[in-house]
Amino acid sequence: MSNEPTQQIYDSTAPSTETQEDRMGPGVDARMNSKLREAFGSSPFILTKFDQFMNWVRGSSMFMLQFGIACCSIEMIHTYAIKHDLDRFGAGVPRASPRQADVIIVPGTIVSKFGPRMKRVYDQMPEPKFVIGMGSCTISGGPFQEGYNVVKGAEEIIPVDIHVPGCPPRPEALIYGVAKLQERVANGESSPVVVKPYELEQFGDLERDELVQKLADQIDEEDLVMRYNWADSP
Amino acid sequence: MSTEPELDADVAEMSFEDRLEALVGTRVLERDDHKNAPGFVIRPDDVQDVLFDLRDEAGFDHLSCVTAQQYDDRYESIYHLKQYDDPTREVSVVVPTSTDNPVSQTAEPVFRSADWAERENFDLVGIDYEGHPDPRRILLPETWQGHPLSQDYNQEKPQVVTLSEHANPLQADHKDTETDTMFLNIGPHHPATHGVLHVKTVLDGETVVDVDPDIGYLHRCEEQMCEQGTYRHQIMPYPDRWDYVSAGLLNEWAYARAVEDLADIEVPEYAQVIRTMGAELCRIAAHMLALGTFALDVFGDFTAVFQYAFRDREVVQDILEDLTGQRLMFNYFRLGGVAWDLPEPREEFFEKTRDFLDDLPHKVSEYEDLIVTNEIFQIRCVDTGILEPEVAKSYGATGPTARGSGIDMDLRRDDPYGYYENLDWDVITEDGMDNYSRVLVRMGEVEESAKIIEQCVDLLEDWPEDDREIQSNVPRTLKPEADTETYRAVEAAKGELGIYLRSDGTDKPGRFKIRSPCFHNLSTLAEMTEGEYIPDLIASLGSLDIVLGEVDR
Repeated sequence: MSNEPTQQIYDSTAPSTETQEDRMGPGVDARMNSKLREAFGSSPFILTKFDQFMNWVRGSSMFMLQFGIACCSIEMIHTYAIKHDLDRFGAGVPRASPRQADVIIVPGTIVSKFGPRMKRVYDQMPEPKFVIGMGSCTISGGPFQEGYNVVKGAEEIIPVDIHVPGCPPRPEALIYGVAKLQERVANGESSPVVVKPYELEQFGDLERDELVQKLADQIDEEDLVMRYNWADSP
Repeated sequence: MSTEPELDADVAEMSFEDRLEALVGTRVLERDDHKNAPGFVIRPDDVQDVLFDLRDEAGFDHLSCVTAQQYDDRYESIYHLKQYDDPTREVSVVVPTSTDNPVSQTAEPVFRSADWAERENFDLVGIDYEGHPDPRRILLPETWQGHPLSQDYNQEKPQVVTLSEHANPLQADHKDTETDTMFLNIGPHHPATHGVLHVKTVLDGETVVDVDPDIGYLHRCEEQMCEQGTYRHQIMPYPDRWDYVSAGLLNEWAYARAVEDLADIEVPEYAQVIRTMGAELCRIAAHMLALGTFALDVFGDFTAVFQYAFRDREVVQDILEDLTGQRLMFNYFRLGGVAWDLPEPREEFFEKTRDFLDDLPHKVSEYEDLIVTNEIFQIRCVDTGILEPEVAKSYGATGPTARGSGIDMDLRRDDPYGYYENLDWDVITEDGMDNYSRVLVRMGEVEESAKIIEQCVDLLEDWPEDDREIQSNVPRTLKPEADTETYRAVEAAKGELGIYLRSDGTDKPGRFKIRSPCFHNLSTLAEMTEGEYIPDLIASLGSLDIVLGEVDR
C-alpha cells in the first residue's frame, strides 16, 4: 500500500493540503500527511481508543449523589457552593436520586441503623459507580470509633475508592480527593466494584435465642439484614 | 448594680424553696440538692402527682430534661423542671427505682416532652416507664439487644439490624384498604430532611393524617464518648459535633458552663467577651444555613438565596478560622476561658470583623427582598405549621421555634452568662406561630447578634494590654468532688442546650447527659403538620431547623 493518496482523494483535498503544506513548511512529522489527514483535510480530529475516551468522559462529568449524613456534609455543601465551586472540575451537579448518580460521597459517621440504608442507596446506583469516603469517620469511625453504635468505617459496608482524611476535611481537601478520583477514572485505574465488605446473610452463626429466632422467622428473602460483629471490627 | 436587690432575691428564693418543699409535702422522701436547683426524692408511683402539683401550683411549666442513670444499687430518673417566665427557677425531681425492677411512673400526661425523653431513657439506660403511651426504642434499631448506658452492657456483643420494618419507599403501600390512606416514607435519605431523618407519614390524598419521626440514624454515642473523656481536654472536641452547622462555640459553651458550675471555676472577663463574640458569630453562621436551606426547601432556590447564604457563611467561617484555627470544629473554649488570644495583628482581625458587620445590613435587606417579601414564600409559609404557645411549652420547645410562637424566653437574657447582661440587645419574638414567624425570628436574631459582636469588638479594641487574661488557673487534672450534680443550659442556635453532669470523684464524668433543643423541637412536628397538606410538612420541617447530629447525639 502506497503512502500516496488516491487520485480521487487527492483532487478533492488538494487545495487545503497545499495551504497546509505552505503553512507548516518542510520537515514536519509524517503522520500529519497521512491518508486520514488527507481525508479530513484541515478539520481537526483526534485518534483514541474507545475505552479511553469513555474513561475520560466519565472522569470529566461526574454526577454526585446528594447525600448528607453528618458534619462533613456541611463542608461538602460548601464545596459545591460559591467560592469553592466544585462544578469547575466537572463534578458539581448533585443528584437527588441515586439512580442518576455515579459518585457517592459518604460525608459522615455511619451508625448501625443507617448502615443498611446506605447499602440500599449504594445498590440503587447504576454501574460503574465510585465512592469517596469523606472524613475520619468513614475511614475508621473517627472520634466516635469506640462508640457502641458506630460502624468502624464505610468500608465495612461498601467499597471505597478514595479516602479524604480530616475531621472534617476542608473543601480544598475534598476537591483534591475528587480530582484524584477523576484522575484515576480517566486512567481507567479505578478498582473494580467488589461485593465483599458487607455481609448479606440471614443471621449467620448468631446464637439462636428467642428474639433472634423470632426475627429470623419474619425475614423474607428480599430483606437486607446486616450483622454487626463489633468484636471483630477493626 | 447595688447588692441589695440580690439579697432580697436570695431571701425570696429561700422562701420559694421552702414553699416548694411544703407543696410536695410528705411525698418527699429526702432532699438531694443539685448545684443548680433543689432536688426532691420521691417514690416512683408519685411522679405524675408531684409533677402535676409543681406545674399547676408552682408554675413549673417547662420539663427541660429527663436524665436517667444507673448507680450500683439503683436506677434513677431525674426530671429537671424550669419556668418559661423565669428559667433561673429550677427544681429537680429525683425518682429512684430498684435495680431488679426498674419501673417508674411515666410523666407523659403532665408534659408531652416526657414522651420522647422517656423513650430515650428506656432505650439507652433501660428504665421502664409504666403507662407510657408508646414504649418503643427511639434511637437504636428495634432489633437491638441490651441498653448501652446500663452498667452490665457488653459492647462486644454482635447486633443484627434489618430493613424489614421499613417498607420499600418506592412502593405505594396501602396499609389499610378501608380508609384508602397511603403510607409514605420520607427519608432517611431525602434532600428536604436536612440529614438522616426518617419521617413515617400516612397520607389521605394530599393531607397528612399521621406523622411519626423516626430518628437515630446518626446516634453516635456522644454521651458515652463524653463519659470516657477527661474533663479538662478530652471532652471539649465533642460538643462541636453535636450541632455541626458552625454552631460549635455555642455548644462548647454549654459544656464549659456546666463544668465551670460543677467545679466552681471562674472565667476572666476578657475571656467572656471573646466567648460572647465567637458564640454570636457562630449563631449568625448557623442561622444563615437555616435560611439558605429553608429557601431551598420551600421555593427551590438553589441559585440565589442558597448561594448567597453560603457566601455569607464563608465570610463568617473565615473570621472564625482566624480566631480559632478551624473552619467548623473549633475546639476553642477551655475550662475557665479560651485557648488563645485574638490573632495578631489584632487590628487586621478587628477590621475584617467590622467589614463583615458593615456589609451585613445591606445583605439582610437583600434577604428581605428575596425571601420575606417573596410572594411564593409567603404563600408557602404564612399560616402553615401553626404551633400554639401552650403546645410548644408542653413539648419543651425552645429557641427560635418557641420565640416564633410568642414565648419570650432567651437564656442569654433570662439566665445570664458570659457578657450578655452588660450588652445592649433585644430578644426577638413573633406572635404568628407559623413557619413565617420562625424565619422572621431567625433573621431578626442575625441582626441582634451583629449588634452584640459590634459591642464586643469595641470592648476588645479598648481592652488594656496588661489585663488580657484568657484563662483562669485550672488544675491540670480536674477532679470535682464526688457526687456533685448539676444541670446547666445555654442558648444555642436552636434553643436551650443543657448538660447534666454528675461527678464520681474521678477525672471523668460519672454521667453526662445532653439536653438537645432539636430533639424536643422535632417532637412538635406531629402537632404542626397533622391535618395539613404534605408540602406544608416539608416547610414546617425546614422551619424547625433541626440538625440530626444534635437530635440523635
